[in-house]
Amino acid sequence: MLGDGSLERLKREGRIVVVGASLAGLRAAETLRAEGFVGSLTMIGDEPHEPYDRPPLSKQVLLGRASADHTALPRLRSVEATWRLGVAATGLDMAARRVRLADGDEVPYDRLLIATGVRARPWPHEAEAELDGVFVLRTSDDSAALARRLDAGPKRVLVIGAGFTGSEIASACRERGLAVTVAERGAAPLVGALGGVVGAVAAEMQREHGVDLRCGVMVTALEGDASGRVRAAQLSDGSTVETDVVIVSLGATRNTEWLAGSGLGAGPRGIACDAGCRAFDIRGIVTDDIYAAGDVARCPHPLFGYQFLSLEHWGNAVTQAGIAAHNMLSESTDRIPHLEVPAFWSSQFGVNIKSVGVPSLGTEILVSQGSLKDHRFLGVYGYQGRVIGAVAFDHGRWLPFYQELIETTAPFPPAFPTVDRTSDGQRPLDADFPDPSVPTHGPTVTLGGYAPADRRMTFTPAH
Amino acid sequence: MVRIAVDLNRCQGYAQCAFLAPEIFAMHGEEALLYDPEADEAQRAKLAQAAAACPVQAILVDAVDVPAEAVSGAR
Repeated sequence: MLGDGSLERLKREGRIVVVGASLAGLRAAETLRAEGFVGSLTMIGDEPHEPYDRPPLSKQVLLGRASADHTALPRLRSVEATWRLGVAATGLDMAARRVRLADGDEVPYDRLLIATGVRARPWPHEAEAELDGVFVLRTSDDSAALARRLDAGPKRVLVIGAGFTGSEIASACRERGLAVTVAERGAAPLVGALGGVVGAVAAEMQREHGVDLRCGVMVTALEGDASGRVRAAQLSDGSTVETDVVIVSLGATRNTEWLAGSGLGAGPRGIACDAGCRAFDIRGIVTDDIYAAGDVARCPHPLFGYQFLSLEHWGNAVTQAGIAAHNMLSESTDRIPHLEVPAFWSSQFGVNIKSVGVPSLGTEILVSQGSLKDHRFLGVYGYQGRVIGAVAFDHGRWLPFYQELIETTAPFPPAFPTVDRTSDGQRPLDADFPDPSVPTHGPTVTLGGYAPADRRMTFTPAH
Repeated sequence: MVRIAVDLNRCQGYAQCAFLAPEIFAMHGEEALLYDPEADEAQRAKLAQAAAACPVQAILVDAVDVPAEAVSGAR
């Protein structure tokens, strides 16, 4: 391909199709245009809305400070695309280079970007999930419906699952003065992502703000009244919670079912791709024309032993989308790898939580600044003698420093003194992550092993 | 109508935006930022000031007119 003009032809008159019209899809489209692509661009999205931002949906919107249908993403440049919104992609023909749509249409491409993201995992019992008053929170429609119901002043809200989304929902409900019960299968909130030491702080924050937090329990059944409205939940410890709103926050499922049988290396753990965002096929061979970005992608990261990481993070979607778009239009020697250090944020119960690296890979934690008791601290995670992640509770300004430690694989525990070191920081503690064989709802990083197309995962049938 | 998003990975709670455009940006607790994802056209100048004043340049605002990039399900 090198020097034969095909890339110039692609930029001039090629057809690029982006499946997934959310954050990653939009930012990729903007990058394609910014890098001189003047061919035809088609954006396909299953939701009827133009690209919108999701973080406000569990914060500002539930607090009543913003409306769920007004979080559309700012446009950084014109993308001049053909938009096919409200129509899901249902299939991919790799040989014919066509995407099949739910309305029966087929869209041909020269380059394809898959950014179909994830969806909320529904309550597993279908009839119970259908009860009036049972919600999930992922889309703007979900958020609008939930905000409406919270406006009506329910007597008690039950949140199932205390990951980041569940905890943010509980926080917003408490701030609105609503009675809230949180049921979490793990030992503490946020335990899957941040471990038990930090989870204990999160639990304390919830209880201090009046949340009825129940850990180590599962919800075994939801009960409705005669008119089909939810009225109570049964817990595994034998107790019953009377509630009129239930929010199921059990993590997310990757939107890859539409690729089943296509030959692409896609499955429940996402779409395997290389560091340049090119997707693998099921044989473990990288494709030339199909790229993946955002929550649905999983790619090897050199800082983390080249394990395949899936990151459900806002910043990852932005960066990976830009890199995928750039690489699509570049000769192989001009391509750039996706090497960003993972980072995310959450705000709940008045505390700003930020993280860099991959805390859930850590085995030890050192509270290097501040104290757990004050809910203001910096925790550094160690793995095999090196710094692998960090989390800040109202200490975000220090994180760039710790990011550098992660990038340079600095030794753990850090050999230097830190400012504001308290008695909590005398020695590293066991970070206390749950046994990985026990399912938890909530890590935002999924590790997928080394193989380009891990067969056990990739070939799990959709039904 | 102007659309807004804030890269909260970048945001470090300097609160310059909350001083310059308090109708749109507010601190929530000591460090977290809450913002209205959509502002009136009348607030555009203030919003531009706030975005320019952000020490870490975390505020993203529409660079193209909304109507020009409006989308529909039509082909």
